[in-house]
Amino acid sequence: MNREDIQQLAKLAQLHIADDQVDEVTNRISTVLALVDQLSAVDTEGVAPMAHPLDAVQILRADEITEPNVREQMQAIAPATEDGLFLVPKVID
Amino acid sequence: MHNQTVAQLVKQLQSKAVSSVELTQHYLDRIQQNDADLNSFISVTAEQALAQAKAADVRLAQGNAPTLCGLPIAHKDIFCTQGVRTSCGSKMLDNFIAPYDATIVQNYQNQGVVSLGKTNMDEFAMGSSNETSYYGPVKNPWATHCVPGGSSGGSAAAVAARLAPAATATDTGGSIRQPAALCGISGLKPTYGRASRYGMIAFASSLDQAGLMAQTAEDIALLLGPLSGFDPKDSTSVDHPVDDYTRLLDKPLTGLRIGIPDEYFGEGLEASTEKCVREAIAQFEKLGATTKSIKLPHTSLSVPAYYVIAPAECSANLSRFDGVRYGYRCKNPQDLDDLYSRSRSEGFGDEVKRRILVGAYALSAGYYDAYYAKAQKARRLIKQDFVAAFHDVDLIMGPTSPSPAFEFGSKSADPVAMYLEDIYTIATNLAGLPGMSIPCGLVNGKPIGLQIIGNYFDEAQMLGVAHQYQQATHFHTLAPANYK
Repeated sequence: MNREDIQQLAKLAQLHIADDQVDEVTNRISTVLALVDQLSAVDTEGVAPMAHPLDAVQILRADEITEPNVREQMQAIAPATEDGLFLVPKVID
Repeated sequence: MHNQTVAQLVKQLQSKAVSSVELTQHYLDRIQQNDADLNSFISVTAEQALAQAKAADVRLAQGNAPTLCGLPIAHKDIFCTQGVRTSCGSKMLDNFIAPYDATIVQNYQNQGVVSLGKTNMDEFAMGSSNETSYYGPVKNPWATHCVPGGSSGGSAAAVAARLAPAATATDTGGSIRQPAALCGISGLKPTYGRASRYGMIAFASSLDQAGLMAQTAEDIALLLGPLSGFDPKDSTSVDHPVDDYTRLLDKPLTGLRIGIPDEYFGEGLEASTEKCVREAIAQFEKLGATTKSIKLPHTSLSVPAYYVIAPAECSANLSRFDGVRYGYRCKNPQDLDDLYSRSRSEGFGDEVKRRILVGAYALSAGYYDAYYAKAQKARRLIKQDFVAAFHDVDLIMGPTSPSPAFEFGSKSADPVAMYLEDIYTIATNLAGLPGMSIPCGLVNGKPIGLQIIGNYFDEAQMLGVAHQYQQATHFHTLAPANYK
């Protein structure tokens, strides 16, 4: 893991790391990755990955409207809205 | 009044020896007197609390009020509370007024339980010391130069300092049990899926579980019912009957088989902590239980597997914080990428950003099989260890944490040292088993916790066994000197 890797990763995660912090972040993340690399030594041949502790399956419900429209409540806490829409900087010229 | 347990307080509320308004006001006064220093609350909702208390008194006067009616408790600031700031310990949500209640918050309200406010926590529940909170660290009421543990450090400190009789909390890798141990109180993380996660801000969805903190196991047994149950709004909650969690409180321990894992008493466990834990186990033998040593051979994989799975799930869950729909938005965004990137970079703290990056790496193209899939396989091996152990024993016991509360700053420079705080608690989350911590001694004036791990949905037995221990010992009655 080097500076460029971290900056690429940060871009994927939509995070910005200041130039003077890149080294420290790289070091700390390398320490964590060294810890998790202990997993590579384990024989997991034939073991099924475990996604839910009780091996539960996704519950489905009937495709019916059950919730009222709460747009106004939800938009009341948004940083910027207009006419019921969320406002963001201009995307297309 | 504040040294009484939930069990004692609800009796007095029911008999009208004390009103909910009086009780609520008493705790609000205590918070006001003590919390400027401790910092265990992020928001105190005095006005709402007194209104809820008044309504509870009306129900109590009418008769047939639920057992918990009128009892004030605190909620960890990870649970959405309608009309009240729900910050999750983060600048990202400092301005977030939840538009709805979490299911468990609603459940307690339906019982007439009063909410005193929202407790401090590590940012997005990522930490074991409460030092990552945007609102500053919580102090340990037993030793104010030390951490209360985390992430539910605010709930633990509030209960320990008698600022609330009980509090809700969450546990993803030890976030209930470790602070309960470090603050000398009882804490329970139920079986994964036992409590609804609806309205509980997600960190690692396959590990997160809501639970409780109180002075005693009996108190948790009284409070656990409304926390439990299937919720159609949370597809990971489990449709399993809700037990009467008080039904085994008086059951003698004769014939109880306790497993003691060799792996929980190895290198890294401080000698004085081990001594307290071994004495507690001897007390269980005195009470009629038998103990045997067991093996959980994949224990050493717990921390590495957790630090793949938890960051991976956190990087996915925290992608929702984009500065568009709610939460923090940066000033003067230049374009959409700048809006996303600067809102997230300015809104999240360092530890949260590090975990997002580790998670993004573990899930990125070419690494998924080596990290996430591998960790999920290790997770099954860890679970199988427990399943095998529970063929021969009813419960498993060991230390909750390797040492008592540590000083502020002493582990923040090395993420791995901090992660090892949860070395005995993480496996339980990976396996989805219920775990609890109860106080079992003091070392240099700082509390030590005994961990009890039960089989799936065996909370009633765990609470009964803990209660029997607390009938024979006094550690759960000890309060920090300045907060008696």
